[in-house]
Amino acid sequence: MVLSAADKTNVKGIFAKIGGQADAYGAEALERMFIAHPPTKTYFPHFDMAKGSAQIKAHGKKVAAALVEAANHIDDIAGALSKLSDLHAQKLRVDPVNFKLLGHCFLVVVAAHNPAALTPEVHASLDKFLCAVGNVLTAKYR
Amino acid sequence: MVNWSAEEKQLITSIWGKVSVEECGAEALARLLIVYPWTQRFFDNFGNLSSPTAIVGNPKVRAHGKKVLTSFGEAIKNLDNLKGTYSKLSELHCDRLHVDPENFRLLGDILVIVLAAHFGKDFSPACQATWQKLVGVVAHALAHKYH
Repeated sequence: MVLSAADKTNVKGIFAKIGGQADAYGAEALERMFIAHPPTKTYFPHFDMAKGSAQIKAHGKKVAAALVEAANHIDDIAGALSKLSDLHAQKLRVDPVNFKLLGHCFLVVVAAHNPAALTPEVHASLDKFLCAVGNVLTAKYR
Repeated sequence: MVNWSAEEKQLITSIWGKVSVEECGAEALARLLIVYPWTQRFFDNFGNLSSPTAIVGNPKVRAHGKKVLTSFGEAIKNLDNLKGTYSKLSELHCDRLHVDPENFRLLGDILVIVLAAHFGKDFSPACQATWQKLVGVVAHALAHKYH
């Protein structure tokens, strides 16, 4: 899977539209994932899962920051997320299937808040980008 | 047997009541073919699928999307007997159409995204969870007769 020039333009464009809302989108994606896919909560036994939880907000901000960083270095996502990749391989060891679930929920959030911006072409590009991020984060697992 | 709470049934029917089966079906199928281009393998006789614009405007895609989502509506009317409802369709998809059931899961997730785009805030996390469950059991029912 390769990100074309058009994909990169689409991804940068959608993140520009999201702008300062990225943190909130990250939190909402997590919230949706925890509710729609309860097994994902097993990685956060220490979290307050109530709506508006400060921990979910904080973690959403981290997730969003990583996505923004990847989008800003879209020609070298592996380089940009190298430390995060190490962290997930050595310490967090989140099963790879969960990155697809979070990526899907992020798409749902973008769709709910920016339906006009999520054209089929942008949808395709963003889906590919989120897959690429997931692949980078699990690349050093074995 | 899948259990549906009263709340889940309400979340399903309240959304479904406002869905244009023709529009949503067309959009979901078009996005499936665009976002996961390998799914085009099942539609060699659909004519021009050469670009997102071609796919979105393709009348066969629209018609088939409507057909697929109409069938989904049947599932919603028969939530307590999905396997029975989809028994013949399952055999068809296995024996004649040779569709990998993974494609049902892909289409289900696309449908969730299309609903989110249409309903915005009204497509709450609880709503999404219910619909993820629904598309999951529909996919499972469609795969049930595979052998």
